[in-house]
Amino acid sequence: MAQKELLKMQHIDKQFPGVIALKDVHFSLRAGEIHALLGENGAGKSTLIKVLTGVERMDGGSVQIEDEQVAIRSPLDAQKHGISTVYQEVNLCPHLTVAENIYVGREPLRAGRIDWKEIHRRSRELLKRFDLGIDVTKQLDNYPVAVQQMIAIARAVDVQAKILILDEPTSSLSNTEVQKLFAIMNMLKAQGMGIVFVTHFLDQVYEVTDRITILRDGGYVGTYDTADLPKVELIGKMIGKDPEALDEGSRPSGQTDAGEEYLCLEGVGTDAISDVSLRLRQGEVSGFSGLLGSGRSEIARAIFGADRIHTGKVSVNGKETAIKTPLDAIHADIAFCSENRKKEGIIGDLTIRENIIIALQAKRGLGRAIRYSEAQKLAEHFIKELGIKTPSADQKIKNLSGGNQQKVLLARWLATDPKLLILDEPTRGIDIGAKAEIQKIVKGLAEDGMSCVFISSEMEEMLHCCSRMFVLRDKKIVAELEKDAISEASIMACMVGEGEESV
Amino acid sequence: MKKKFKIDNISLLIAVVLLAAMYVAGARMYERFGSVSTILNLFNDNAYLIVVAVGMTFVLLTGGIDISVASTLAFTGVFSAYLLEKGWPAGIVIPLVLALGILVGCIQGYAIYAFQIAPFLVTLVGQFFMRGMCAVISTVSIPIDNGFYKSAALKKISFVLPSGGRPKLYYYVFVALFVVLAAWYVLRYTRFGRAVYAVGSNEQSAQYMGLDVKAVKIGVYGISGFCAALGGVLFSFYTLAGYSLQNMGLELDAISSAVIGGTLLTGGVGTVSGSLVGVLIQGIIQTIVTYQNLNTWWTKVTFAGILCFFILIQRFAAIRADKKKKG
Amino acid sequence: MKRLRDRMEYRPLVSLLVILLLCGIISGGSFFKISVVDGHLYGRLLDILRNGSRYMILAVGMTMVLATGGTDISVGSVMAISGALACSIVDRRILLGLNGNVFAAVVLALGIGAVCGAWNGFLVAKLKVQPIVATLILMTAGRGIAQLIADGKIVTITSDAYYHISGGYIAGLPVPMYIAALMLALALLLTKKTAFGLAVESIGVNADSARLAGIAVEKNLWLIYVFCGVCAALAGLIESAGIKGADCNNCGLMIEMDGILAVAIGGTSLSGGRFSFVSSIIGALVVQTITTMILAFGVAPEVIRVFKALIVIVVCLAQSPAFMSRLKGVLDKKRVVAQG
Repeated sequence: MAQKELLKMQHIDKQFPGVIALKDVHFSLRAGEIHALLGENGAGKSTLIKVLTGVERMDGGSVQIEDEQVAIRSPLDAQKHGISTVYQEVNLCPHLTVAENIYVGREPLRAGRIDWKEIHRRSRELLKRFDLGIDVTKQLDNYPVAVQQMIAIARAVDVQAKILILDEPTSSLSNTEVQKLFAIMNMLKAQGMGIVFVTHFLDQVYEVTDRITILRDGGYVGTYDTADLPKVELIGKMIGKDPEALDEGSRPSGQTDAGEEYLCLEGVGTDAISDVSLRLRQGEVSGFSGLLGSGRSEIARAIFGADRIHTGKVSVNGKETAIKTPLDAIHADIAFCSENRKKEGIIGDLTIRENIIIALQAKRGLGRAIRYSEAQKLAEHFIKELGIKTPSADQKIKNLSGGNQQKVLLARWLATDPKLLILDEPTRGIDIGAKAEIQKIVKGLAEDGMSCVFISSEMEEMLHCCSRMFVLRDKKIVAELEKDAISEASIMACMVGEGEESV
Repeated sequence: MKKKFKIDNISLLIAVVLLAAMYVAGARMYERFGSVSTILNLFNDNAYLIVVAVGMTFVLLTGGIDISVASTLAFTGVFSAYLLEKGWPAGIVIPLVLALGILVGCIQGYAIYAFQIAPFLVTLVGQFFMRGMCAVISTVSIPIDNGFYKSAALKKISFVLPSGGRPKLYYYVFVALFVVLAAWYVLRYTRFGRAVYAVGSNEQSAQYMGLDVKAVKIGVYGISGFCAALGGVLFSFYTLAGYSLQNMGLELDAISSAVIGGTLLTGGVGTVSGSLVGVLIQGIIQTIVTYQNLNTWWTKVTFAGILCFFILIQRFAAIRADKKKKG
Repeated sequence: MKRLRDRMEYRPLVSLLVILLLCGIISGGSFFKISVVDGHLYGRLLDILRNGSRYMILAVGMTMVLATGGTDISVGSVMAISGALACSIVDRRILLGLNGNVFAAVVLALGIGAVCGAWNGFLVAKLKVQPIVATLILMTAGRGIAQLIADGKIVTITSDAYYHISGGYIAGLPVPMYIAALMLALALLLTKKTAFGLAVESIGVNADSARLAGIAVEKNLWLIYVFCGVCAALAGLIESAGIKGADCNNCGLMIEMDGILAVAIGGTSLSGGRFSFVSSIIGALVVQTITTMILAFGVAPEVIRVFKALIVIVVCLAQSPAFMSRLKGVLDKKRVVAQG
């Protein structure tokens, strides 16, 4: 097929302070194709898309649209060049109505003024194509995230773009909604639109895409026809290993018998979860498995007192304990690394030393400052112990790479000598080496008797680390699997709603 | 879903009820309070504040703040008084000061957008700079003796009521009312107006949607500067003088009026009609304080109290909305 | 330990010295002249130290507020309240039971400063109102409250003990200097001996992270605003003692800008983070020196605002990464052009 090349990106480079995000990356898109952009977390997919949509500026390389050299400096520029985007997180305005969210910035005018009737009529028509019969005059934040995501897609589709970028649009959608989306994608494809599709779900890749481009660690791996690339090879290219080597080490370890129960939740409810009961034992790594929004992070936050608990009972070491604030949790020897390292983890302008001692200082009380010499000793100990790469403990933490930042946060919590350590996505967006190290550290801590909770969206990592698995769906624990019962198949079955019997 | 709609407007609803209640209470307490005259005087005395509050509403809608308006207003008064004294015609002076107001606003908007400095800081600098410039021109009050200003100050519509009162409405009030209408139209029926709401609701989203955030940000501060200058012109009609220390703290009056009228300080929600109600509430407090023969500072203290009350309402509404989203 | 050049105090100290030197050159040396009269030291430098003490005290309080990424623009009004209360008590207008006791008046004035700070803290920490709006309320209402305390009049007092707060001398040096030094020492003690300083900085850099690291953000914020309120009250006492009375309309009028200015010159980022009290004190001295210098040239005091606004603009721009990277871009381009 001699299809027209819609978009050609060549030799794209992009650096962030201390991190090379993209290095000599290529990407091309033909009219009338659906092109998957794949790679692991931190491979550079999002950065490439941000460059293409003008959110970030590239440092080097060229972008051609329909054989014409273009410079995309802002999202507005991108839109003018016929690029329309749906981002991973819903990027709409919660206070505006549904109809406005679809038309803001390009409202139909009549006699120089916005024609509200027309906006409402057109929105209704558009959403009908998605089988969404909602009231378009209501404020957007009245509707659940899945609906908002569909509205965002509707907006992007309606712009009449040549290029449509869908950055993980399906993560909050149900199966039927995904099918609807695919139908629309195929229709747009038939009309000659080029679609870039970013997703974590490989089955979806094989279902709708024509070609695949793979990135790894900010570098370009290759572009392939979907039909010619078996799934095993695809995975191998994504993680940079031979397909045969994949199985190695992906069995749950820590087969030793778990120790005593450390924490017990009974019917705990917060604003985000309700009626959660579970027991965590010492000496094992437990996993919270489930899709984004399934409640896995919310349970962790409840345990740590980051979200207020309204109902239920929390017992630590057999004693009922009220955990109202993170400080309460710290006093109960609980530690928690949030999934949002930048926003809820590091304190960017402070030094590594201060970032490490802060939780210990809070635990001891603010009344007496930890002495410089003690703090320095502590920092040096962890820098060595965890292999944190830094010239000195005086470095600002924001200047470290993601993996080293994560290690500093780990050090912060290990310094408080916790009995229960909760890690929410500790390896997201960090390089493979650091990832393996962190996994090893966690397993080691459990072997030494600590109770660990590990949360990750990467199934493989979960299988590798956890000897007990809580599977979550719709903000509830639907299954608790142990040792040999843990497998990708069994977890998936529970996630989609089979196999509740094993509770 | 109906309920949510109500929560968003409950603040404005309470404000309207409060306004009505205060009017009724005033009318019962004082003999001459409950007349048409009182109502018209609310507009006569607060025309300038209405204009300033409208400009402020634009800025607050984007989630920003502009505390330079009082100084801009004072500067406009002093500068025009100075120019008029020098013999410049009103036909040149008024457009000139209005243009200056827009310029000051746009510069502030640019600094806020391009250099990402906090709005309060930029406009605090603006506040000091403009106040200082007033003093550079003159530290004493300059009287205005211009024909046009004088007639603008005095021209009014007088009504004769059968009951015997002679309420009057000054012409310059229509300028203020026109500004309210124009602002309402812009916010409701132009792309710029809707973009203002979008930016205030979620700036990043607005940017990703391809809206021109830069134009919006510079635009709203420009509008605020313009309104402050126009408020200054109206105020000099009202007082026929320019004085460098005029209207200290007016920015709070404008902000509170908007907040009381249901504008969210975090941006994205609000109307100019709400701000108008807010100004009238403040006016009515002032009237009551005058009738009661109290120290005029009571106006400020009471109004600050009412502002607190409305901020509390906003907070609780926000907390409820948050809960609803999560649950 | 860090070298002098790397310390936060380095840049403000250099600017202070440069400005002083400039003053010295312009005045032909008379600026530095210090004479001894009745065992007290007199001279321009002493004036700067005495008059600058208000700024120094405010700057100490404001430093931590700004370090948390907040702001307190009510300090001027709090000064007015504290001055009005103290003077009214000393003048036996209110609380007659105290019989004009100066000590009790001072304690009560500081107490009301703490109450004002607690109110700001309540709005900011508990209700999460933006600091600018929260403190704007007290900024306006506060002056009204001061008027109500003083019953709308300018209170003039005759009390040598009270005058002493501003005009007195101990060991040849003016009393306000000692008060400023005391507040600085107190603040340093509070932040260095305890981990309060670490808490303040972590809240300023990233409040969410700080909370999850076990820092009680609300409580600490509250404390910071209370401390700022007390500092403001103290500055109010010095000012009212200086003019021998309470002028609610003008006491501390627009001084919040000077406080912010002093802290900003001191190098504390106005968006929160690292802070240094000593730096802020130096910043306050810079502000006062500029004021003294301009006044010495016979410029109207109101006009000084323009200069101060200009300085804040420069400091703000220098602190804005967006501006600096743009400036760098322009300079680089010029260099390329010059070379090519």
